[in-house]
Amino acid sequence: MTRYIIRRILQAIPLLFIISCVLFILMNKAVDPIATMGGRTVTRAADRERLTRQLGLDKPLYMQYVYWLVGNDWTNTDMDGDGVAETPGIRHGVLRGDFGTSLVNRGTPVLQVIWERLPNTILLMVTAEFVIIVGALLVGIYSALRQYSLMDNIVTGISFVGYSMPIFFIALASMYIFSVNFKRWGLPSLPTVGMFDPKVGETWGQVAIHMVLPVFSISFISFAAYSRYIRSTMLEVLNQDYIRTAKSKGLPRREVVFVHALKNAALPIVTIVGLDLPLLLGGAVVTERIFAWPGMGRLFLDHVERGDTPVVMGILMLIAVAVVVFQIITDVTYAWLDPRIRYE
Amino acid sequence: MTTTTDPNFPITGRTGSSGGTGISAIAEVEPPPLSLSQLTWRRFRRHRMAIFGTIMLILLIAYTFGGALIISEDYANFTDMGLRLNGPSIAHPFGTDTVGRDILARTIYGGEISLLIGLTAAFVEVLVGILIGSMAGYYGGWIDSILMRFTEAMLNIPQIFLLIVISKFFGNLMPDISFLGRTYSGSVVVIILIIGLTSWPYLARIVRAEFLSIKEREFILAARATGTRTREIIFRHILPNCIAPIVVSATLGVASAITLEAYISFLGLGVRPPTATWGNMLEGAYNYLESAYWLWLFPGLLIVLIVLSINFLGDGLRDALDPRSRTV
Repeated sequence: MTRYIIRRILQAIPLLFIISCVLFILMNKAVDPIATMGGRTVTRAADRERLTRQLGLDKPLYMQYVYWLVGNDWTNTDMDGDGVAETPGIRHGVLRGDFGTSLVNRGTPVLQVIWERLPNTILLMVTAEFVIIVGALLVGIYSALRQYSLMDNIVTGISFVGYSMPIFFIALASMYIFSVNFKRWGLPSLPTVGMFDPKVGETWGQVAIHMVLPVFSISFISFAAYSRYIRSTMLEVLNQDYIRTAKSKGLPRREVVFVHALKNAALPIVTIVGLDLPLLLGGAVVTERIFAWPGMGRLFLDHVERGDTPVVMGILMLIAVAVVVFQIITDVTYAWLDPRIRYE
Repeated sequence: MTTTTDPNFPITGRTGSSGGTGISAIAEVEPPPLSLSQLTWRRFRRHRMAIFGTIMLILLIAYTFGGALIISEDYANFTDMGLRLNGPSIAHPFGTDTVGRDILARTIYGGEISLLIGLTAAFVEVLVGILIGSMAGYYGGWIDSILMRFTEAMLNIPQIFLLIVISKFFGNLMPDISFLGRTYSGSVVVIILIIGLTSWPYLARIVRAEFLSIKEREFILAARATGTRTREIIFRHILPNCIAPIVVSATLGVASAITLEAYISFLGLGVRPPTATWGNMLEGAYNYLESAYWLWLFPGLLIVLIVLSINFLGDGLRDALDPRSRTV
């Protein structure tokens, strides 16, 4: 097992290297940080030249990548444009945990910019994932036990609709119903934007009530796929011989379903949860935009808008690392939970 | 086998179930063997959801292309500031938008563009996916390693992020295009390309897996032994045998391309006005959430309907083309 984990980690390194190359080339071709310079317009040619030198954009692409990866504190750069490299570099490079500094928030380290937003996104996502799993388990088990009943058919229908629905539609519809119309009808309405009411301050109650609609929207979309998945694995497990044995032993139905069947049916769920979690980390771009939730997705949009290459690269790399790490964790957990699987 | 248990299905010698005494009796009434498309159609039409999806899809296509015959594009792009944000009425059944354009007319022309983007982006996806998947699967070795590492790298970056970055900076690259007497925003082409060029990794993996198993079969060995050229082996002998999963994922690819276009247009990075799509009609609609529900309701509903119907269709095709694979 240890050897398997080590091998997976070793395989992940070249993968992340390729991802960083792809992203770096893409960002380099697509974005001109000077053109926007974090929202400030640079018009004078001399300023442009100076900024290009300061950001190291006059270097060839591979040198820029090397500087980004391992830093440039081992060499001198030419800052004043006289052809002599005199200023020692100060960047440490991504491998030593330095993603550079944000262009928008002048000089703030990228990791700090991301770190301020990350907990908000994680809060939203973990809550949503929790709601999805609990709801999908309940519905999935019910549909499996009462296959082709009216309820099963309704749930199947709803899950197809949810699966086909873009998240902004359900978000707008839920905002319209639960906030706009509830207010109109004089019912207690739910807040639609932000994380807390500035007049009240950031209390737990405020954050919780502001989370209701975003969590509902995210859950509604993913809930469908999960409950279908649980339904089909439950159906498969319920037809196994050991379930018949358990039933014929005279065990109560509740115990057969929740102990014997669910334990085995829940195994594959580990896989989809593990693969979905890192995507949820970033998948909230649209949700965070609509509900003005101050998370990483909105950070990403804001900084793409203003051509802030270091922050955008940082977020993309962070998500890529999260995806790779979660893949390894998922595979290892699965092997640990399911003794039939052995990696040699 | 499902075929033998089904009463609507004629038992033929091909199913291999008629052993013993029945052979001669059945052989006399045996109809000619069914072709793949006939078999597919038989299974497809039993799938109620798929039929429902197909009918809905046909209705939506009729709505966009039929509506275009009645209402002119100039009318769809006609702005009248005096009429801005008018609610649904007889003259404007779906209301008017923030600059007084008729939303009904814009959903008709927007639907055409959304469908166009969905179909062509899926086409690009299939093209690249087949090319990369078949190369990797057929040749193996270092070609496979390089192509698959690249595919994995693409898969590990969430697609929406790639789309946002690329469309933000290349969206304005193309000039407007005139085609068949109509002018399209150049961003349509850019959006098609970037959706197609970021969607292929899943398909490439499917095609590669199919190639890996099919290339070991005996008929490929036979083809190689008779000196068939490599190109012909790949495209004439192996590819037609893995057409089922390709058709299914291409169908679902159309739905996901329409959704993705809607996402990036919703964020204001997709197709630029005046060309309408169902996605960019929704842009900024949440600013008018309290006052103008019709801004997002009608285009949004149409997106849900078309994606839903294509998903039903794809699901039915999956069951019909490959009865062994059950969906989850």
